[in-house]
Amino acid sequence: MATCCAKPEAPTHNGSVKRVALVGNPNVGKSVLFNALTGAYVTVSNYPGTSVEVSRGTADISGQPWQVIDTPGMYSIHTITEEERVAREILLHETPDVVLHVLDARNLERMLAMTVQLIEAELPVVLVVNIMDEAERIGLKIDLELLRERLGIPVIGAATARKRGLEQIRGAIAQYRCDTGNPRRFAYSRLLERDINEVAGLMEGEYILSRRALALLLLQQDGEIGSLVEQREGERYGRIAEKVREIAFERRESFHLELSLERKEIVRRLLKDVFCAPEKRVVTWAERLSRMSVQPLTGIPLLLIVLYFGLYKFVGDFGAGTMVDFLEKQLFVEMFNPWITHVVQALIPWPVIQELFVGEYGIITLGIRYAVGIILPIVATFFIFFSFLEDTGYFPRLALLVDRIFKRFGLTGRAVIPMVLGFGCDTMATMVTRTLETTRERVIATILLSLTIPCSAQLGVILALLSKFPGALVVWGGCLLLLFVVVGFLAARILPGEAPMFYMELPPMRLPQFSNVLTKTYTRMQWYFLEILPLFILASVLLWLGKITGFFEKLVDAMTPVMASIGLPRETAIAFIFGFFRRDYGAAGLYELQTKGLMDARQLTVAAVTLTLFIPCVAQFLIMKKERGWRVAGAIGVFVSVLAFGSGYVLNKVLLMSGLLA
Amino acid sequence: MKLSDKAEEILEALWIAVEEEGGAFLDPETVGIPMEDPAYAELTGRALVELRQGMVYFRPEGRDEGRMTIRRHRLAERLMMDVLNIRGEAGDYKACQFEHLLNEGVDAKVCTMLNHPTTCPHGKPIPSGECCAEARAQGDLGVVPLTEFKSGQEGEIAYIQTEDSKKMQKLMAMGVLPGNRIVLVQSFPSHIFRVGFSEFAIDTNLAREIFVRK
Repeated sequence: MATCCAKPEAPTHNGSVKRVALVGNPNVGKSVLFNALTGAYVTVSNYPGTSVEVSRGTADISGQPWQVIDTPGMYSIHTITEEERVAREILLHETPDVVLHVLDARNLERMLAMTVQLIEAELPVVLVVNIMDEAERIGLKIDLELLRERLGIPVIGAATARKRGLEQIRGAIAQYRCDTGNPRRFAYSRLLERDINEVAGLMEGEYILSRRALALLLLQQDGEIGSLVEQREGERYGRIAEKVREIAFERRESFHLELSLERKEIVRRLLKDVFCAPEKRVVTWAERLSRMSVQPLTGIPLLLIVLYFGLYKFVGDFGAGTMVDFLEKQLFVEMFNPWITHVVQALIPWPVIQELFVGEYGIITLGIRYAVGIILPIVATFFIFFSFLEDTGYFPRLALLVDRIFKRFGLTGRAVIPMVLGFGCDTMATMVTRTLETTRERVIATILLSLTIPCSAQLGVILALLSKFPGALVVWGGCLLLLFVVVGFLAARILPGEAPMFYMELPPMRLPQFSNVLTKTYTRMQWYFLEILPLFILASVLLWLGKITGFFEKLVDAMTPVMASIGLPRETAIAFIFGFFRRDYGAAGLYELQTKGLMDARQLTVAAVTLTLFIPCVAQFLIMKKERGWRVAGAIGVFVSVLAFGSGYVLNKVLLMSGLLA
Repeated sequence: MKLSDKAEEILEALWIAVEEEGGAFLDPETVGIPMEDPAYAELTGRALVELRQGMVYFRPEGRDEGRMTIRRHRLAERLMMDVLNIRGEAGDYKACQFEHLLNEGVDAKVCTMLNHPTTCPHGKPIPSGECCAEARAQGDLGVVPLTEFKSGQEGEIAYIQTEDSKKMQKLMAMGVLPGNRIVLVQSFPSHIFRVGFSEFAIDTNLAREIFVRK
């Protein structure tokens, strides 16, 4: 029989660095463990599917260097979604020296089926029964010793978020010997065993997973495994495929179900006397809050409260108001800018170069001021709000609350996460659309994000801009909502494809750990800044170049008719040119025009609507291209630009004719 | 004593001819079982039918027996389609073999499992049995889709009925496996259910495909 260790034929890894891979269901704390082992930070949250990519880090375990690999959650070795496939790649093509299967103690019964699959695949498995603290709180008793005996692999109880069990995990990784463990073989029914043996018996190639496991995957019609086996077996594959087809045909009605039931039975026997649940369900405060958040009658008011305090009060008032006032007005305009201008003028004798740094569009006086003074406080407060909410486990509940409505736009409730995140940063949100199941959903979400969802920086500036005219704010909000609904509704009808299905695990509600919220906000801010600061500087440089060469004036002149057609003064062209780089940058430009008193309420509203709808910032466009490809991204870009100016035009006419906001 | 398969088929054909097509008798030629077949003797011997001028007529006792036979046949068809997911001609053929096993109370169990269906896959009525009347009297729905549950109601998962094997696997990965206990926590705006210590939200389309026993 094959051993559980890396087989000699398997590709040997670079150098002597050993590898440990973390696998398991979504939302069981793999990333928390990854962070604890490596001291690095990957985003963790109370939301299934937070990790969509594989992360790698290094850790020192008992004096030995190890590479630690964190994978997106998977429900089974037989993969269905893209993230699961990504996770399985690690098991299929790399040869981890230890596979840590992390699972949630409360759901041992459901998740142990995957441990069985991993052992069956003859991988070097160590089982980490995580979230023991919450399991104990609800009165579960788990006999880990007995479980270890029955599985024949190391089993460790842990609560990684509370740093419990980390030492034992490190110990188990360091001491893992393929011969110390004596993994059990789990027998299926005679019928299934016969089928497995018939398929496995035809295989002769060397694989990382056991033939037994591969045979089962082939019988489950796993396409990827099919091509892997085809590659290894060459001409023998014909017979294997034939056999698989034959068995699959014989058992076509219910193979998946029967296999699941057999595994369930294996798990039941494994857990007999191991897992003891309390007679009475413990109803915690978190559960009561959870109930409240998902019932429309209490859930909608709760949502409004969350939005009012979180978004309006904290991000709007505090972030975009108090903080911006302080940073931009007091720190930059009154103190830093005059000082730095003075310094630069003293250091650099040439006025043209002075302009580059501290002029009207100077890198420091404009680029850095916008980035740090206006955008930073807004984005920071938004990310704190978002990270906090994410860790409470509120988003999956919000998702189910809006699923019915989102279905009308061809989306499922699942899309609520990218949509809400879009209010923070559309670029980041476009990346997150990857968690949606079908391409159709991803495209619709990408369109809606690039068109109607203003990012926090833009939102903050626009709210500040229009706050003096409540009517304008209503018109602006109404326009965006209308377009969101109309475009979503049409997209759902026009784009081909089936209606998506909605399913989502609801993680328990938890009180977020303050440190995690801050770390997460910090990493997001870091990403955001690395993303935007170069663009701001680039924009400053280009604007400066444009100004000294006179090209800028020409561009403004060229855009004047366009601006005039939507009823805006020619100065707004500058804001729109800014907008090409970043929408918030453009909005900040509008803000400046408004402070100078150049625009009335109608013009501001039209400009705000057009700019909000206008093509996404360069970064978002690049991500769109990366995620959706040139064709789709280009088409969306053109569509959005045309619709933005078209809407501006129509809105201007409507406002003029109706005399609203006059 | 149980009737032979052939005799049952004759009874069915006769029942359809008389009860559904409004005829008075059955022409043996239309069933494809010639008059010489001992099945006819078996039926007349039990006083279920009588033969006149080469045509088959019901006797009063035979009418009830025919009704129950047709019921078993159509239940078998439903079973093939709804539970075993065998459709088309294969389904009809399997149903023909299966129906003969559905007596002595097995039909009532199948009927309950299928939630007392009233029509067969071809749209013809299934004559109701005692179990249907009882269930109606008790308001017992037997096996129902999860969408029929009230919030807070607990039951056991009976089976999953879906065409899409990916969906099936997704549901199974969530712990939706026959035999597991399930609690419907909420049904609007989405269905929330609990299996073990986990809660899941699914849409109505998915909930409709999970069948639960109270």
